[in-house]
Amino acid sequence: MAQPIRVLLAKVGLDGHDRGVRVVARTLRDAGMDVIYSGLHRTPEEVVSAAIQEDVDILGVSLLSGVQLTVFPKIFKLLGDKGVNDMIIVAGGVMPDDDVVALKAMGVHEVMLQDTPPDAIVSTLTRLVTERGQR
Amino acid sequence: MSDIIDRPAAADPTDEVTDWEQNEVAQFLRKQAERKPAFFTLGDVPVKRTYTAADLAATPAGDIGLPGRYPFTRGPYPTMYRSRTWTMRQIAGFGTGEDTNRRFKYLIAQGQTGISTDFDMPTLMGYDSDHPMSEGEVGREGVAIDTLADMEALFDGIDLEQISVSMTINPSAWILLAMYIVLAQQRGYDLNKLSGTIQADILKEYMAQKEYVFPVEPSVRIVRDCITYCARNMKRYNPINISGYHISEAGASPLHEAAFTLANLIVYVEKVLETGMDIDEFAPRLAFFFVCQADFFEEIAKFRALRRCYAKIMKERFGAKNPESMRLRFHCQTAAASLTKPQYMVNVVRTTMQALAAVLGGCQSLHTNGYDEAFAIPTEDAMRMALRTQQVIAEESNVTQTTDPLGGSYFVESLTTEYERRIFAVLEEISDRGGTLKLISEGWFQQQIADFAYETALRKQSGEKPVIGVNRLVDDTPDPKIETHPYDRTTAERQIARTRRVRRERDPALFDSLMVKLLAVARDDSQNIMPITIELVRAGATMGDIIEALKTVWGTYRETPVF
Repeated sequence: MAQPIRVLLAKVGLDGHDRGVRVVARTLRDAGMDVIYSGLHRTPEEVVSAAIQEDVDILGVSLLSGVQLTVFPKIFKLLGDKGVNDMIIVAGGVMPDDDVVALKAMGVHEVMLQDTPPDAIVSTLTRLVTERGQR
Repeated sequence: MSDIIDRPAAADPTDEVTDWEQNEVAQFLRKQAERKPAFFTLGDVPVKRTYTAADLAATPAGDIGLPGRYPFTRGPYPTMYRSRTWTMRQIAGFGTGEDTNRRFKYLIAQGQTGISTDFDMPTLMGYDSDHPMSEGEVGREGVAIDTLADMEALFDGIDLEQISVSMTINPSAWILLAMYIVLAQQRGYDLNKLSGTIQADILKEYMAQKEYVFPVEPSVRIVRDCITYCARNMKRYNPINISGYHISEAGASPLHEAAFTLANLIVYVEKVLETGMDIDEFAPRLAFFFVCQADFFEEIAKFRALRRCYAKIMKERFGAKNPESMRLRFHCQTAAASLTKPQYMVNVVRTTMQALAAVLGGCQSLHTNGYDEAFAIPTEDAMRMALRTQQVIAEESNVTQTTDPLGGSYFVESLTTEYERRIFAVLEEISDRGGTLKLISEGWFQQQIADFAYETALRKQSGEKPVIGVNRLVDDTPDPKIETHPYDRTTAERQIARTRRVRRERDPALFDSLMVKLLAVARDDSQNIMPITIELVRAGATMGDIIEALKTVWGTYRETPVF
């Protein structure tokens, strides 16, 4: 049997909106994935180091405070500095369409906004891990 | 026609219903089944086919009563909107004090009758704009306030004795209240003429909104201090807005929104009573804030039940004698999380329905959300449309002409009484499980909220909870491109420059001596933190100065997350 997909879900910055991230955490856990949730108010440094330490397949960052274009470049820089290039990075939350385009351009694999059905999140993450292949 | 007239009336309304079920209903169902085997409100309360006088009989007449009279089910005031319609209070906040001041003046020019202020995340969490945690967040989702100078800019040219000002802020609320007081004193206002509120409801932060700094105990003490300070010095000011809104938006059911809010109320009241203050000295200024979700009658019943429960709690549990201590007054906001990105103009309709329910439920002030809520903070255009929605209800619909027009409705009264029963049952459960503070530390509320949020997500996925444009009537035609509120990238620079100037220009010796005094007050739970905070902000202390110093005494709070 294949190893379960390992996911770190994180909240970065001062944003306290955690309804969505907790629904996603439960959804992924119920789908058989190994889910770690960082809790609130983390820095990009804390999140990246936890993702590396926990050897996750996917790092998902939830943002509803509008700071995506500040946070994600930092995350990619930190991952690059540590030589990590095969981690799947996804974003979730509420953000303008232009920001979604910008995030994808900088390497975010998928942006899942509010009202994405739980099953669609599971299938998207499963597909992303399959596409990447075994490490 | 004659068939109806000639049938002998049943002696008892229950018998008549049974007869109707066996005849008209049974015949009709044979031709056409109902859409679903059973009907429920969004909050899972069963809804019957129809309601009759038999259902009304379950509510004692005295519990329905009259507007402005105990138990206030029908409204806190006897004449309600016949005297004055609700305060139209659109929240606004972005950039610096100057930026938001311009939006305030725009909204006032558009007919808004109260001010409501949204602060940026650093201000809400007690960080100065130049703190590393503030990077990217300064003035983004609200206005940045670090010092008294920012407050001066925010309210420049606005007469604070004439308009009420609400400040949506929690762990750092008392510092903004102190700034507001100093600003008022500088302008020569009478503090007893100021009206408005700080939200300052810290307990729901641990449960739902998650904006907190200090552990629970010192945080509740700060709330206590705001309540007693205002009771003595600001007779018209609401020192707290005990809020269900965020509990609901974090995913809770309407029942939990209502019950958890009243559980928090009870904690605050008990803390103030411990200081020796009489219930009637502070209770008349306690104010509330609830959401209005999409289930029209359920929300109306929720508001009516909340008023009745509050009246009974204040009178029977806390021994209030003044009727003003028993009448629940609330601000209402339509449900942001009910709004969608696809077919976003449909959000205007959703908001209209929710606003109408808030008005029929008897709110005292109202914020209607912008149609662009699911994209970013609102543009001026979205806010004008939202305000116009309220104005149409207030001025064109005539629903304001009589008080509590749904009073006596078989269904609404029945649902109101059902809500009252369920709210008291949840309060009893909380008490049986060891009380609100214990359950916060155990994550019990957080789990209840997460459970209903998860349930709601599954119901949306299955289509059981229809959302037009998302799981129903999905339209692949792209929506017209929406203008969203732009973020001014010079905000942080402009803001930080002013904060640094204030720090440079203040008297360091005075500042240092006041900070020493602050820490002494913090260590002595019997003292009130407001007077020293007022002195500090007058002397040029920043919010961050005060918060960081207090962290050395009280520590900080970090939750154990549940999902």
